[in-house]
Amino acid sequence: MRRFSWFNATALTLGFAFLYVPMIILIVYSFNKSKLVTVWAGFSTKWYGELLSNQAMLDAAWVTLKVAVISSSIATILGTMAAYVMVRAGRFHGRTLFSGMIYAPLVMPEVITGLSLLLLFIGLNVDRGVGTIVLAHTTFAMCYVSVVVSSRLVSFDQSLEEAALDLGCSPFQAFRLVTLPIIAPAVISGWLLAFTLSLDDLVIASFTSGPAATTLPMKIWSSVRLGVSPEINALSTIMIALVTVGVITASLITKQQAVRQRREEQAADRVS
Amino acid sequence: MALDVFAPWDDPDAKPLIQFKNVTKRFGDFTAIDDLTVDIFEKEFFALLGPSGCGKTTMMRMLAGFETPSDGTILLSGQDMAPVPPNQRAVNMMFQSYALFPHLSVWENIAFGLRRDKMPKDEMGARVDEMLRLTRLEKFARRKPHQISGGQRQRVALARSLAKAPKLLLLDEPLGALDKKLRQETQFELMDIQESTGTTFVIVTHDQEEAMTVASRVAVMDHGKIVQVATPDAIYEAPNSTYVADFIGDVNMITGTVRAEGAQLRMTWAEGQPEIVGETSKTFGKDQSVHFAIRPEKVSISAEKPVDAANAVQGQVLDIAYLGNISTYHVQLPGGQVIKAQTANNRRISRRSFTWEDSVWLSWTATAGVFLEQ
Repeated sequence: MRRFSWFNATALTLGFAFLYVPMIILIVYSFNKSKLVTVWAGFSTKWYGELLSNQAMLDAAWVTLKVAVISSSIATILGTMAAYVMVRAGRFHGRTLFSGMIYAPLVMPEVITGLSLLLLFIGLNVDRGVGTIVLAHTTFAMCYVSVVVSSRLVSFDQSLEEAALDLGCSPFQAFRLVTLPIIAPAVISGWLLAFTLSLDDLVIASFTSGPAATTLPMKIWSSVRLGVSPEINALSTIMIALVTVGVITASLITKQQAVRQRREEQAADRVS
Repeated sequence: MALDVFAPWDDPDAKPLIQFKNVTKRFGDFTAIDDLTVDIFEKEFFALLGPSGCGKTTMMRMLAGFETPSDGTILLSGQDMAPVPPNQRAVNMMFQSYALFPHLSVWENIAFGLRRDKMPKDEMGARVDEMLRLTRLEKFARRKPHQISGGQRQRVALARSLAKAPKLLLLDEPLGALDKKLRQETQFELMDIQESTGTTFVIVTHDQEEAMTVASRVAVMDHGKIVQVATPDAIYEAPNSTYVADFIGDVNMITGTVRAEGAQLRMTWAEGQPEIVGETSKTFGKDQSVHFAIRPEKVSISAEKPVDAANAVQGQVLDIAYLGNISTYHVQLPGGQVIKAQTANNRRISRRSFTWEDSVWLSWTATAGVFLEQ
């Protein structure tokens, strides 16, 4: 055990305060009885109740959920495929370029991604709405999924797939029966990551949505421009909770998988 | 007597199970297999032996279907294998890493191949249980691969690859991950299983002792070519080249010139040393350069000059390696050449006969060694 030190304690407190005080204030004020955001008038959960009767909010929440589920599912399939090919293809000309191109959207400013997608949809004369937001979210979430999945595939023993082929599997069966179950934790955590990213995206959704489709972050953003209401605080608190659960689950799965993999490797090492 | 010996390779009418016909495999500029032709017969335990990078694993992967030959054909029961994908070959492979499926139990691992064949449930259960019995794994059927020991994993891999009753089983360094004692036990298990199932085994190994122990025939490979294919005793007693003689076991190599040819060959090899006399079935020309290879255990060591030995040279003990069951003496001849002589310690050494710097005589018979051209 390291000894307690005032310096460490102060540094820790300041750091975490910097990160979490704004959110804590938001959460606290979501339980404020008063309609005025900055005046505390006692504890109440009425804003949560009011949120439930706000049809516009509920619609936005439904759109957000729909977009998140569909786009993260498509992104998981595409991202896993991309990762599989990039890891398995071996060396070929321009491999680095291709893998770089998969990861590039990760660092691309969202405004640019959003704008370019908007231009594409206008150019193709696509009606903007839920469908276009799903497409947009899929494009950027897919990169995250492929990063997560390919890091798992790199350490995957390829002779497992060969063994499956050798025992009579077609290449697709080998993937479904051997590869996929083994990399499943990575695929699931990729999905959760994509899901949470889609939930809280504002910029790209704003660029690619149409009049009929408003996501929750967009709704919050537009309401706040008219003034912060306790209702919005309540909604934000719910979103914080959702995202936190998603991220924690994803990281727990990844961690558990790493632990199991290490244990198996150690067991294997004892043999060799 | 001769009828009982399993030797289909000497029978001109025997049909080989596998035929490599002028097979070449290139990876870019690198030639892994170079114009290789060999026949492997049914029920053989065929060992591919060689240093790493000699092409033995490539040969095996071509049999399994993971690589295709650049040139030439591989026939299985007379049928060209090239267009058959790995999942449709009557060939199974036991991988060096075992490649057990970590998410499946031992039972499910063994049943995996049978499920792909859509075998009826009860038949499959019986087959898996039979495999578990064969490999003595009944108690571990429900365990996952990471819950059993290395030796058990090795047996699961064997059971899984045997479950489909393949015509040919490929074993890629199957015992490489086991420690020495377990490896020796497992070698005999492998031989028993091979015999009781009657499957043709092709084993890849770099361990010459392992190849000698298990195989009916050994193919010694070097740089993508098979240098010699023969039974273990023939490889050991009658190597066809200095490479094989050197690769298998310990050997003394003496280079000289043919003085008198014929069945009784005489070779001069050093100033002031008697000619080496030996019998040979090969024909050498007079004055041809030749190598004489003799195993250390065929060289006897004595204090006095033996009376009736065909070959005898005098030297001085340089080193003694005591290995328990045998002792190896390194004896330096006046010309500087060191010859190794081995004696079995069939008595407890209360008093060693020879010690360092003793003057001793080395002798061997006319049939003890072989003459090699290269």
